[in-house]
Amino acid sequence: MSAKVYLRSALLACTLAASAAQAQAPAAGSTLKIGLSSEPTSMDPHYHQATPNDAMTSHMFETLVGQNAKMDLIPRLATAWKAVDDTTWEFTLRDGAKFSNGQPFTAQDVIFTFCRVMNNEQSIGGSYPAIVQKFANVEARDGNKLIIKTLKPYPLLPNDLTRTGMLWSGIVEHGPITFDLKNKCGVTGPWPTVADFNNGRDVIGTGPYTLKSYVKGTGIELTRNDAYWGDKPAWQAVKLIPVPAAGPRLTGLLAGDFDLIENPAARDVKRISETPGFGHVITPSVRVVYFQFDVARSPSPTVKAADGKNPLQDVRVRRAISMAIDRKTIAARIMDGAATPANQFLPDGMFGTLPHPPELKYDPEGAKQLLAEAGYPNGFELAISSTNDRYINDAQISQAVAQYLSRVGIKTTVDAMTRSVYFPKRAKREFSFAMGGWSSETGEASSFLQYWVSRFDKEHGLGTSNYGGYDNPEFDAVFKRALVTVDPAEREKLLQQSLTLALADLPSIPLHFESSIWAFKKGLVYEGRADQYTLAMSAKPAK
Amino acid sequence: MALFILRRLIQSLFVLLAVSVVVFFAVYAVGDPIELLVSPEASQAAREAMIARLGLDLPVWQQYTGFLWRALHGDLGTSFVHGIPAVELIVQRIPATFELVFVAIMLTCVIGIPLGLVAGLYRDDYLGRGIMSTSVLGFSLPNFWQGMMLILLFAVWLGWLPATGRGDTVTVLGVRLSILTANGWSHLIMPAINLALANIALVLRLTASGVVEARSQDYVKFARAKGVKPGRIVRRHILRNILIPVVTVIGMEFGSLIAYSTITETVFAWPGMGKLLIDSVYQLDRPVVVAYVMLVTLIFVVINLVVDILYAALDPRVQLVTPAQ
Repeated sequence: MSAKVYLRSALLACTLAASAAQAQAPAAGSTLKIGLSSEPTSMDPHYHQATPNDAMTSHMFETLVGQNAKMDLIPRLATAWKAVDDTTWEFTLRDGAKFSNGQPFTAQDVIFTFCRVMNNEQSIGGSYPAIVQKFANVEARDGNKLIIKTLKPYPLLPNDLTRTGMLWSGIVEHGPITFDLKNKCGVTGPWPTVADFNNGRDVIGTGPYTLKSYVKGTGIELTRNDAYWGDKPAWQAVKLIPVPAAGPRLTGLLAGDFDLIENPAARDVKRISETPGFGHVITPSVRVVYFQFDVARSPSPTVKAADGKNPLQDVRVRRAISMAIDRKTIAARIMDGAATPANQFLPDGMFGTLPHPPELKYDPEGAKQLLAEAGYPNGFELAISSTNDRYINDAQISQAVAQYLSRVGIKTTVDAMTRSVYFPKRAKREFSFAMGGWSSETGEASSFLQYWVSRFDKEHGLGTSNYGGYDNPEFDAVFKRALVTVDPAEREKLLQQSLTLALADLPSIPLHFESSIWAFKKGLVYEGRADQYTLAMSAKPAK
Repeated sequence: MALFILRRLIQSLFVLLAVSVVVFFAVYAVGDPIELLVSPEASQAAREAMIARLGLDLPVWQQYTGFLWRALHGDLGTSFVHGIPAVELIVQRIPATFELVFVAIMLTCVIGIPLGLVAGLYRDDYLGRGIMSTSVLGFSLPNFWQGMMLILLFAVWLGWLPATGRGDTVTVLGVRLSILTANGWSHLIMPAINLALANIALVLRLTASGVVEARSQDYVKFARAKGVKPGRIVRRHILRNILIPVVTVIGMEFGSLIAYSTITETVFAWPGMGKLLIDSVYQLDRPVVVAYVMLVTLIFVVINLVVDILYAALDPRVQLVTPAQ
């Protein structure tokens, strides 16, 4: 049973489905049925930070700061926020927001939520506590103001708070709640567990939907929260059903089981658009696909040169490799248009990116010349390491890159493997030229640079994915300043400076930004999101 | 009989132990789940706390003995990915798989055995030959392709049946069953047929060749010479004698359908156990993989035991306990 076989049959199914189903989009007010490509692992908003989980829980729970479809920050449970000084933030909480049980949303609930994040023993990944750990104190002031004091300057606080869903403090027994982590913040009862959320007991949020039922593997049912403070969503009820295989998910749409599906295979898009009664939307996401070089070691595991050294340590070689790749063709042919060639690590126009990044041009002749200058006129041997089931068409991309590199004289092979084998190997630094993918969930430029480009620094959480061992003191100096600069204009300048340094030195070469695809019945419109979330709120009846 | 069962149960304990060793170390060798679980944004301290909480900082033999000790107390571990006990996760999926396999096996018996009888009895007619040659398609066409074609025909073209998932369920004694609702059946029937097709062909051919062989046996000839009615010969003399291999095969297929009907479950997005196994392997969710294989082993052991007991019921010559020892 291989994925390819499935894809092929899906393709067949689509070709034949041209005469397909009597597609009828649901009328407003009825039930919307969605086919998901990956199932959320929990209904607990602080369990595991992963796109399916965050997308799912944001139907029921809301955050202080929200993100719109382009990932710009927008008011949600906080109507305004500002940095009072370097380590103090003031949030104005929304009046009139109510939990699904009718209780008003207050500052106490925010403080309780932060405490719960720190006391959620079952959570995995550590992303939610990583935010609250940076707080010195949180307190309510003047009724609807919330003051967060941080240990160090924390310019990214509003961005990071876009992922912490607010709980109702009444789900546990408690006395007066204060941000006093040592004394459990005044909570006297047991902390809620993952199971309490999965069975729906503690799913009490301010969001537009409430949880009706959650059966692992089978589906999730939501009901509209009629007391919701904001715009009422169009659907009275929503059913989300996980169908991880792309072929069956698409046939489910064509057969009328679903009104909307996420991530149909890019190669099927053309057929969807040719089938009457169905539509689709392609939206560029913030997920960048790139290759990371091993620059620290010589020799390096999967590269072999005549002189016995690691040629990837030479910036001319790295630049030559980047020039040898035709990004536009890869995006058009291998990605079937569901990708945008990348010249930097975040899509143009987002906070901290370069307004006019130098284009990473396809120039095989220039690449050959650079290789000769670097002392490798006859190339060297290189193995590309990549996944074959993590990013869209990852193995095919690696194959294409290998061919481009072979054309300029680098004898390249591809070693593609399943992700559960790949990621542990990469962490053990067994690769020299490794594929990566990164979604900058903060929607600004620091995220990629912090984890992939900065020098590894355990204590400050820098360079935790810098498997290539890149070390550039000049970059680190500028970037560390950006991390603690609260003033937006100045921070943007510092981030752009860091990005320019990284792009000059190329410790990783960006390839493209993946696009997300949604397919749906005609009569529906879906506003595709850069963060790849599939939300019932984003689907509306066409006018 | 009691002695036989007891002896088999003791044997199964050793089988389970051996399986646990193999699976545990095999899953361990695949890779480190931490890389898939912990985001790079997490601090080193959080990362180490996570490793310690999952017990991944211990040497592998200690992880194994710890697992064994907890298993003896009925705890097969907690899923890394879902944060709930692995057994609970598997048990939630069991009803879906069981009802699918149950219906598939019923279809196999109800269609496979009679057709096999007909094919065997009318071997030289067009009818018999037709059945035999059609049955070749049953197992030569790939399972996923059959599934896709069923979906295409009944769901996409005709629009009679839904293409994916499980239908409405009714809770009976805390178990969610879809077999009791009309909507449940409309979701169930296609995957069940998909799962049954290869088995129908297998059982059909097995029955047919058994019939052909039995018909030329002396006891059948004798019965015919004696003037026994043809219907009684088939029922009493032929069918009973050829059922043993058929029961064995159905028993074995029952086990493997429960454990590994992954393809059908994937094509029809059926929320059963096979899909859980695949997902867990991808995510390196070690406790779930180990618990799953242990549970499946147990199911196989039980099925084999039942098959052996059925033998004795079908064939009086079979004795479960070797006499005079």
